[in-house]
Amino acid sequence: MRPLAVELREVHKSFGKTPIIRGARLQVPQGERFAMIGPNGAGKTTLFNLISGRFGPTSGDILLKGESIAGLKSFEINRRGLARSFQITNIFPRLSVFENLRCAVLWSLGYRYSFWNRLRGLKDARERAEAVLEQTGLTPRRGTLAGLLPYAEQRALEIGITVAGGADVILLDEPTAGMSRSESDAAVELIRKVTTGKTLLMVEHDMGVVFGLADKIAVVVYGEVIACDTPANVRNDPAVQAAYLGSHVAKRVPA
Amino acid sequence: MAAVLPCGAVADDDESALSPRRLLAWGGFAAVLLVAPLIFSSNAALAYLSTLGTVMIFCLSYNMLLGQGGMLSFGHAVYSGLGAYFAIHTVLWATRGSLPIPLVLIPLVGGIAGMAFGILFGYVTTKKAGTAFSMITMGIGELVHAFADMFPGFFGGDIGVSANRSYGTPFLGLNFGPQLQVYYMIAVWVMLCTTLMYAFAQTPLGRISNAVRDNPERAEFIGFDTRRVRYLVLIFSTFFAGVSGGLSAINFEIVSTESVGIMRSGDALLYTFIGGIGAFAGPIVGAVIGTFLTMKLSDYTMAWQLYLGAVFILFVIFAPAGLTGVVEANWRVMRSGLFGRVLPRWLAVLAAMAVMLFGTVILVELCYAQVFGAQKAAVAQFQASLTPGTLAAWWSAGGALLLAGGLWLWKGRKAFREEWERVNAEIVAARPEGNR
Repeated sequence: MRPLAVELREVHKSFGKTPIIRGARLQVPQGERFAMIGPNGAGKTTLFNLISGRFGPTSGDILLKGESIAGLKSFEINRRGLARSFQITNIFPRLSVFENLRCAVLWSLGYRYSFWNRLRGLKDARERAEAVLEQTGLTPRRGTLAGLLPYAEQRALEIGITVAGGADVILLDEPTAGMSRSESDAAVELIRKVTTGKTLLMVEHDMGVVFGLADKIAVVVYGEVIACDTPANVRNDPAVQAAYLGSHVAKRVPA
Repeated sequence: MAAVLPCGAVADDDESALSPRRLLAWGGFAAVLLVAPLIFSSNAALAYLSTLGTVMIFCLSYNMLLGQGGMLSFGHAVYSGLGAYFAIHTVLWATRGSLPIPLVLIPLVGGIAGMAFGILFGYVTTKKAGTAFSMITMGIGELVHAFADMFPGFFGGDIGVSANRSYGTPFLGLNFGPQLQVYYMIAVWVMLCTTLMYAFAQTPLGRISNAVRDNPERAEFIGFDTRRVRYLVLIFSTFFAGVSGGLSAINFEIVSTESVGIMRSGDALLYTFIGGIGAFAGPIVGAVIGTFLTMKLSDYTMAWQLYLGAVFILFVIFAPAGLTGVVEANWRVMRSGLFGRVLPRWLAVLAAMAVMLFGTVILVELCYAQVFGAQKAAVAQFQASLTPGTLAAWWSAGGALLLAGGLWLWKGRKAFREEWERVNAEIVAARPEGNR
């Protein structure tokens, strides 16, 4: 088996007295595309927040490439090669599209908190930002303030910011939410393109997107991962059908 | 009104440093600094220009926090004020001959002192962002002010600390006694600091501080410790605040405890916001207006603070991008050739505002005359002419003008806004797809 990119070990998370994540276990091998599905409120986004360090787990351990990252700050986790996008568009609205991407590449190129370099002189940062601009199809919007972009392009920019830093583990939280069919098809193509050779973990409600992209599907119900398998096997898993997909899907899929 | 676009972020990244437009802007700025005292050569004008230089640096450093970094500080005067104190004490030491340092380097002492306190206090204030940051800065401001009152040995108590700036051997033949020499020294520092602060905005740290302003959470997820970013930006900003303090110590030859007080911090916010926090030049414009209102208007009326406050409130409500924002938005319309359509409505709005202003001023001055008696300054000369007979006429004239202007503005503003939005929509529609 390939080495693991992300591993959850008996992760628990409670907010006050309310347990949200209850012993989640998951193993994501490097280079695979995982989709996380589950009913609303199952804890998918919470799991994302735990993995990306938005907050720490109550108990259990989270490993990134074999090292524990539980309790680390989000910027520390990002520096170890994990980047994420958000369910609600999370960009830098008053910076231009190009500046958004250039900001996203600065840390990984080692410029960090530099006040002795001139941005304009940083050829590598410019080129990398241009490359992501090209990949995401936003080149025509280069100089536009990100906050003025149409929704679908903001989502594309969000994905661009996420991958620009060169992280090899990518978490996407509902990347196609609120998109039309054609927009979401374009988004799937974009995700496929930019995550080639990387580990992808995404939350998604659109089953077309899930079955189109994912090598494996993890089903989250009530804060636990109740199944994690190939799309075909998950579809036929009786526990999944009962717990999540519900009766109408169970009827459509011959057992 | 003009805030159709969110206030501008940063200069166009593609533009080379030596583009004609940039050269013109910087050359123009340098030329104005050079020529201004030759045109406005009276003593009062020189005093104004010198003070203006120090305030410009102060406001620019303040905007590194507010406009660039999204940090609303209520205690920025702590750093300029402490910088000023260390500067003036250094002048005293140098005068006694215990420290061989020329006057032209005294602002640097102020800057280093400001920065040292930035490192100290900033560690606490920048722990938090947003409202919490504002409140902590205010607390520290009050703390330092109280501290200053407790230690008259260093802070000079009620009378402050004074020194004579023309000490030691002349520097390049200058002894900095005459105000003109001081002005030019300040002007050199203004040019130097402005260039450095502009350069800072073009570095990775400068840009990341914009990113942290826009969306701190996102900045953390691209690898940046937002607290570290805020802290570093604040340290740089306090250096320039300290320089401005050092310069004002030289300019006035006296530093008192109010220089660390909240009023001075508030001035930075007022001026900077009026000028516009979204543009690099905003604080410069704001400093010109704010210093003018503070220094000149106070010669004519007791109510100058009221007017300054009213101007600030009007900007916050109607033109949050500040004066530079208004100019920028109109410049855009002008370049598209559609300005002719908004101009008549602009004029109507401005005329209505003038009528309203006139009425307001009459009423405000009458109120002040009522309370304080009619013997203060120039506007009071009109008040001196007040007799019980004319008083009622003035009251009703003021009220009528205010009302008429208000009504006119209310109607005119609607018409203006409609046309303004139509024109801007056309401009956007006329652009090639990519640049919208």
